[in-house]
Amino acid sequence: MKNEWRGFKSGHWENDVNVRDFIQHNYTPYNGNEDFLTCATEDTAELWNEVQRLQRLEREKGGVLDMETEVVSSITSYGAAYISDELRDREKIVGLQTDKPLKRAFMPYGGIKMAEDACATYGYQPSRKLHEIFTQYHKTHNQAVFDAYTPEMRKCRHNKILTGLPDTYGRGRIVGDYRRIPLYGIDFLIEKKREDLSNADGGTMSDEIIRLREEVAEQIRSLKLMKVMAESYGYDISRPACNAKEAVQWLYFGYLAAIKTQNGAAMSVGRVSTFIDIYIERDLEEGTITEQEAQELIDHFVMKLRMVKFARIPTYNQLFSGDPVWATLEVAGMGQDGRSMVTKNDYRFLHTLVNMGPSPEPNLTVLYSSRLPKSFKRYASEISVKTSSIQYENDDVMRPVWGDDYSICCCVSATQTGKEMQFFGARANLAKCLLYAINGGTDAITGEQVGPKYPRITSDYLDFEEVVERYDKMMDWLAGVYVNTLNLIHYMHDKYYYEAAEMALIDTDVKRTFATGIAGFSHVVDSLSAIKYARVKTIRNEQGMVVDYETEGEFPRYGNDDDRADIIAVNLLKTFITKIKRYKTYRNSEPTTSILTITSNVVYGKATGSMPDGRKAGEPLSPGANPAYGAEKNGLLASLNSIAKLPYEYALDGISNTQTISPSALGNNDDARAETLYHILDGYFDKGAHHLNVNVFGVDKLKDAMEHPEKPEYANFTIRVSGYAVKFIDLTREQQLDVIARSEHRSL
Amino acid sequence: MTKGLIHSVETFGAADGPGIRYIIFLQGCKMRCRYCHNPDTWRMDSDDMRSAEALLDHAERYRAYWGSDGGITVSGGEPLLQLDFLLELFKKAKLRGINTCIDTAGQPFSRGEPFFSRFKELMQYTDLLLFDIKHIDPAEHKALTAQPNENILDCLRYLSEIKKPVWIRHVIVEGITDNDEYLRQTREFIDSLDNVERVEALPYHGMGVYKWEKLGIKYTLGNIKPPSEKRLDSVRKILGAT
Repeated sequence: MKNEWRGFKSGHWENDVNVRDFIQHNYTPYNGNEDFLTCATEDTAELWNEVQRLQRLEREKGGVLDMETEVVSSITSYGAAYISDELRDREKIVGLQTDKPLKRAFMPYGGIKMAEDACATYGYQPSRKLHEIFTQYHKTHNQAVFDAYTPEMRKCRHNKILTGLPDTYGRGRIVGDYRRIPLYGIDFLIEKKREDLSNADGGTMSDEIIRLREEVAEQIRSLKLMKVMAESYGYDISRPACNAKEAVQWLYFGYLAAIKTQNGAAMSVGRVSTFIDIYIERDLEEGTITEQEAQELIDHFVMKLRMVKFARIPTYNQLFSGDPVWATLEVAGMGQDGRSMVTKNDYRFLHTLVNMGPSPEPNLTVLYSSRLPKSFKRYASEISVKTSSIQYENDDVMRPVWGDDYSICCCVSATQTGKEMQFFGARANLAKCLLYAINGGTDAITGEQVGPKYPRITSDYLDFEEVVERYDKMMDWLAGVYVNTLNLIHYMHDKYYYEAAEMALIDTDVKRTFATGIAGFSHVVDSLSAIKYARVKTIRNEQGMVVDYETEGEFPRYGNDDDRADIIAVNLLKTFITKIKRYKTYRNSEPTTSILTITSNVVYGKATGSMPDGRKAGEPLSPGANPAYGAEKNGLLASLNSIAKLPYEYALDGISNTQTISPSALGNNDDARAETLYHILDGYFDKGAHHLNVNVFGVDKLKDAMEHPEKPEYANFTIRVSGYAVKFIDLTREQQLDVIARSEHRSL
Repeated sequence: MTKGLIHSVETFGAADGPGIRYIIFLQGCKMRCRYCHNPDTWRMDSDDMRSAEALLDHAERYRAYWGSDGGITVSGGEPLLQLDFLLELFKKAKLRGINTCIDTAGQPFSRGEPFFSRFKELMQYTDLLLFDIKHIDPAEHKALTAQPNENILDCLRYLSEIKKPVWIRHVIVEGITDNDEYLRQTREFIDSLDNVERVEALPYHGMGVYKWEKLGIKYTLGNIKPPSEKRLDSVRKILGAT
């Protein structure tokens, strides 16, 4: 066995790239409590102070500290760079995206216009020469997509029934298996990719084979460049890592290569915690590391993940507010063999929120099962109560589908690490689609005929059967144009902005998922319920278009554990994914869907007319799978039960739920609160729910933070929103008001 | 089958007994506490009548969240005013293995019949009582709640005799219960009991005042502020409260 592998138990992983096999043979489950954890070292504290100083400067400068205008970002476009030259020796884990901390790279391949607009927004003058290159000599993803879009697709996009499409920036959501670099070293990975390349030559040189050969060649080139990048920091990653420090560093270099080449909306780190623990355990046993040093490695690694930045334009920030990058990182989960995968390292990752305070990134995700060790469930809950920075996802529903080595590739979507990639598909606004069904495909806000010109509903009062029939037809149309739009986008993305660095760390024979999404979910459910159980009168404008509704009488609403409404929700989800599945998807990818909106619920709401459920035109949609504002009348658990009824198998891309609970409702002290919280999680996930964002704070704190963002205690005040976490003060005022409105009705 | 007069239910309670609890608020109360934050539960009638089975079926939808400690808590209003219904509810709850808790001020208690034997039977199916002592001084109690407190304190003595676990609760209202001498007397009384597992000092809050206005009842307590954290700490010391 190689010296770097000394002490590891043998297995299939030695001969083939198989990190899961390595983990299962070598990890040490930990059932104890958090008492072993250590506080931040002096080096950590000093480095973190410096990063916070830079973050303050960044905020003072309007959200961007510095931007590149002359250099196109690539794996090797910059030499070594550090948080600060003075503290350089204290950085245990090194590597920055550009030549300076928090400086944003110039990434034109997704779209030169967006890259230039981002510069201009923050007062930077983009390079003329690069403009010339990327407009005259090299095509970008964005230009290619717009070359091919049909008029119908453009209309759907313009009218925002399809929104947030990844056609101007990287699609993201691809998680390289960064663990492969420490375990195998780059040279072994190149050797394996070369084997794949030589095997891809059988039979006819079809489109698929030609493309595959080109892609694998690109991957090999990226792997070589990673070695060059690491060399600039004085490391040789051609061989495997020989200790914990190298393991974390090698792994981070892989991730760094990804974020130097791609500006995807979500750039996840993946499930790395249990893997790294194996190296730390070996070092602890060999006596070459102390617990304090182990925690320091994790703290410094996480510090780097807190510094990931991309240049964005204002319209992007409205959708994904607060500068998120979804450096999602998972802890915990259960193994297929029934052992918990919680290790000491899972505690260390959560403990970074204590050592360096709350933070939105990395997007820490607990893969939850009620069978996880009680002490870990309690500790995670305690960290939630104190920091509101963690999300929970149900390992018991994901493991049967994705196995026990999946990562979360964006906010909430699972992907098999190193085996899969995803075509990110943003979302279709099903609320708007319902309004199109009523108005015969016309958009009441723009007056444009967007959908097919089906007959309008002409009655004064809406009839449930009639509306459902029309809605079904309109959804057929929407599913078709949606899938085709995504097919086109991903074709162009593969062609012009291929993720060679990430794909180099994924099996060549990759499985692909095609992730569609739904916006406006709860409003459609409640509107259909209103039409069925109450009387909904249409109010028309001069052109005869329905622009508003008067709803008379009571009707059951989604979010109250009332089966009459909840069954409508289940059917809506099932209908939509069934329609999506009828269409041919790009590269034979497997279609999935999500109920997940990010902070885009506010922007989507602006473009959506009044609904029969009482939501007025322009008001925010409720985020993700959350019930509508004010709909929940029977308490938190009734709301959770409603959402838990949505079958995960219909929404394999995720069902996002965000709940804010006031501390006093959970208990009198943090101990009692943690106890209550994990019981809530046990119950919710045992019922088969998929995801929960947990916020623990009162509305007063939100209001005070909105009015006094300058107070030091709010500098890192982190809250969970649909699918990720943000610093509250980085949200737009509109979104802050939206968060407050949601939290307020909950506390009454 | 007796039906309960229901005010409302809450699916998630973490402050009314051990663990996470499903809370049933019964309608009707004879006390007229000046700081009451639920005056809408006073009247002895309700359109919402539910059977024990229906309530338990509903409660069990949330059983997955209870863990080993949680269960149901019957609050009010004053639950002991619907003794027959409560007995039926708890008997059936016990058949289903559900932990039961009553949140009461003890006002209906009497050692006379028919109340006493029914109450004794109810205690066989009750795991815990959250017992609210409104005021230790008889005259002050009367002034605060319009009801005497002798039978209430006797109820606690009886529960001590049968060793039924109770958590004592005491609301701290500036100028009314916020008085060191009364608080010491309350603690002395608690010391005479040997079934008290916990004492909770709850700060007064004015969040229910709007309900008085809505019901057209004059709120006589005026604009009282919640006690400060500092004062609450000293109160908790005297009471030996958590």
